[in-house]
Amino acid sequence: MIDFLNSIIVLLNFIIIPGISYGSQLALGALGVTFVYAILRFANFAHGEIMSFGAMITILFTWFFQSQNIGLGILPTALLALPIGIIATIILCIISDKFVFQYYRYQKSVPVVLAMVSIGVMFVINAIIRIIIGTETIKFSDGQKFIMKAKQFKVMTGLNEGLALKSSQVITILITILLLTFTFWFLQKTKTGKSMRAFSDNEDLALLSGINPDRVVFTTWIIVGVLACVAGTLYGLDKSYKPIIYLNLVLPIFASAIVGGIGSPFGAVVGGYVIAFSEIMVTYAYKKFFVYLLPSSIEPTGLVQLLSTDYKFAVSFSILVIVLLIRPSGIFKGKVL
Amino acid sequence: MMKFERYEWLAIIIMISLFIFVGFIQGWSVSLVILNMCIISAIMTMGVNISWGYAGVINFGVMGFLAMGGLAAVLVSYPPIAESWQVGGIGLGISFALLVVLVIAVMYINKTVIQKRNRYILNSLIIFFGILIIRHFYLNATHNIEDVNPAIAGFLGGLGLPIIFSWIVGGLFAAGVAFVIGKVALGLRSDYLAIVTLGISEIVVSVLKHEEWLSRGVKNVIGLKRPVPYEIDLQNADWFINLVTYLNSSKLNNIIDVTDRQQVLNNLIIDGSGIFVKLSYAILFLIVMLIIFYFANKAQLSPWGRMMRAIRDNETAANAMGKDVVKQHLIIFVIGAAIVGVAGAMLVTLDGLFTPSGYRPLRFTFIIWIMVIVGGSGNNLGAIFGGFVIWFSWIEAAPLTTFIINQLTAGLEPTNALKLHLLDSVPYFRYLFMGLILLLILRYRPKGIIPEKVRHS
Repeated sequence: MIDFLNSIIVLLNFIIIPGISYGSQLALGALGVTFVYAILRFANFAHGEIMSFGAMITILFTWFFQSQNIGLGILPTALLALPIGIIATIILCIISDKFVFQYYRYQKSVPVVLAMVSIGVMFVINAIIRIIIGTETIKFSDGQKFIMKAKQFKVMTGLNEGLALKSSQVITILITILLLTFTFWFLQKTKTGKSMRAFSDNEDLALLSGINPDRVVFTTWIIVGVLACVAGTLYGLDKSYKPIIYLNLVLPIFASAIVGGIGSPFGAVVGGYVIAFSEIMVTYAYKKFFVYLLPSSIEPTGLVQLLSTDYKFAVSFSILVIVLLIRPSGIFKGKVL
Repeated sequence: MMKFERYEWLAIIIMISLFIFVGFIQGWSVSLVILNMCIISAIMTMGVNISWGYAGVINFGVMGFLAMGGLAAVLVSYPPIAESWQVGGIGLGISFALLVVLVIAVMYINKTVIQKRNRYILNSLIIFFGILIIRHFYLNATHNIEDVNPAIAGFLGGLGLPIIFSWIVGGLFAAGVAFVIGKVALGLRSDYLAIVTLGISEIVVSVLKHEEWLSRGVKNVIGLKRPVPYEIDLQNADWFINLVTYLNSSKLNNIIDVTDRQQVLNNLIIDGSGIFVKLSYAILFLIVMLIIFYFANKAQLSPWGRMMRAIRDNETAANAMGKDVVKQHLIIFVIGAAIVGVAGAMLVTLDGLFTPSGYRPLRFTFIIWIMVIVGGSGNNLGAIFGGFVIWFSWIEAAPLTTFIINQLTAGLEPTNALKLHLLDSVPYFRYLFMGLILLLILRYRPKGIIPEKVRHS
């Protein structure tokens, strides 16, 4: 019985909790990509850099608050700076729309051209970030680091295995729940949200019924800005902030959005968790888990690892390819908010 | 035969004068280094241009195909390591044979078992257990290979042939990978295809990074044999010394003192040997570029090229006319990838080393795409021009930025924090330039600087 509990704790500690927090970050990112795809109808390669930009502004203001000795006690100061980061990200999104994307929307360009344009935007934002903050790895989480340390848990329960709970993980999960609830409520219950859904479903029909497209697009960018900034900051808070990482994060985010069915917000969230869990589960070495669970005579000798951790990235893409081959529309049929 | 328009001649003259200008300002060595990379970039750009410009097939896997070309350079030119083959050759052979058996078994099941559910179950079972068995042999073998003298070897080595053969092999490798990708992904819509090819290229690079028995992974392969002479051999070769003396005879004759004269001659020989090596590379690369350019143009003007344009402009109509769109897409995707693979092998040849961790999408996929868009998709000369101009500005962005920042902040003190910070971030301004160039071209000249010629025939 104790062995069974121990093995469950191992799974919780190394797979489930990291999976949920990483999945939340991916889900928020994928939700942003999906919004752009459903309303503006293109694959936004700049999304990773938008996330990075939001995180950067948050870090800059975190530093400012820290220098002024303003803090939130046990909570990280970054939460205080987050609203400012969000506002800056929204401004960035709206500026890039006004000066770049709007022109192509009015021209009714094909999606591929818009994707190319978003690559240009990606380069520009990337450069701005590197010029402002450099390329160093930055750790900006302060406050209490752990809610529960592995040792405390061991003492508390008397089990062999510890369960560590980082405060950044708990914050990630709480904020994600809050934000997702708000987004879905907004889409389902408010008038603007309904007009957005109508617009994504059938643009011409929506225009005929008097929906102002510019307003829909404006609202979309606001939502995308909020989601991107929060996702970027949470990722940076949980791991550490490194400008180059966000370019690599774009691919798992796209994978999540497509796996869930691009254009479907619910699918994006599910896709985020699917990708996160499969990345972690395929590359985790299950030796410890089986040592607890099986009698010692048939204990495994190797690591019991399906793929080495180096292939973390390849896993999300293999899933993407498989899903596209078997069910091209994604798990939940996409295209409509 | 093709004829150049006036603006095309202008573009060629601009390209040549850029290098002469840099040659006089920063030295001929720098100019030739940039020229070599420009030629390689131009070949990559032509590869992408063939699939995107001719047929509208998007290929964001440039980085992966380049890496395959680089792998070919290693596998062709590195001397074989007998010991590695001894300890791991048999194991690898067995696992490879088993893999073939597995694939045949899956294909057989797909053909014979008709019920969909049974087929899925059988397939997953066979693949799961097959992989378990293969892993056993495979991990043993690779482990043994990686243990052979890990500081300098630790991989299988290559064939020990001249590296120049790898340019063809690199093309074949890339074509093979492209064939698999194309079979899997080409049915997808263009933006999905972009994302999928981008992802698969990442997978290719991560395999090269971590399969150390094959490519030595992150430990890199250094010291690949060159196709051109080494500087040190040139400096001791009589004919080269005579050549340098002859070329600089007027300058040398003015120096009367013998030791001074020897000193000057030695410096000239050292400079000259570097330039000679780079020049030989440039000539080799130029030959490859011109061959590819010739055939690419021939193909574009042929009935096949006309069919490709028809498919690009209206897939449904081309399909209705009896053209096999799926097959042609696959063919052109493979051809484009093969050309990129050739460029990848040339890149490793030029550097003399293979560093899998150096393949990053920003540098090797997106920049190439900027070259294609800026140069003009569908026009081969445009592709070459794009490759030259973008690589040139990528390199020359740093000196230019330093100059501009110094001018703008001339009024500030040299210790001013803002000025120092800006000067520190000079290398990052090139991304800003690239993004701005791409956005401006897409806005004001969406067909590129040298657009595709509209042909009425």
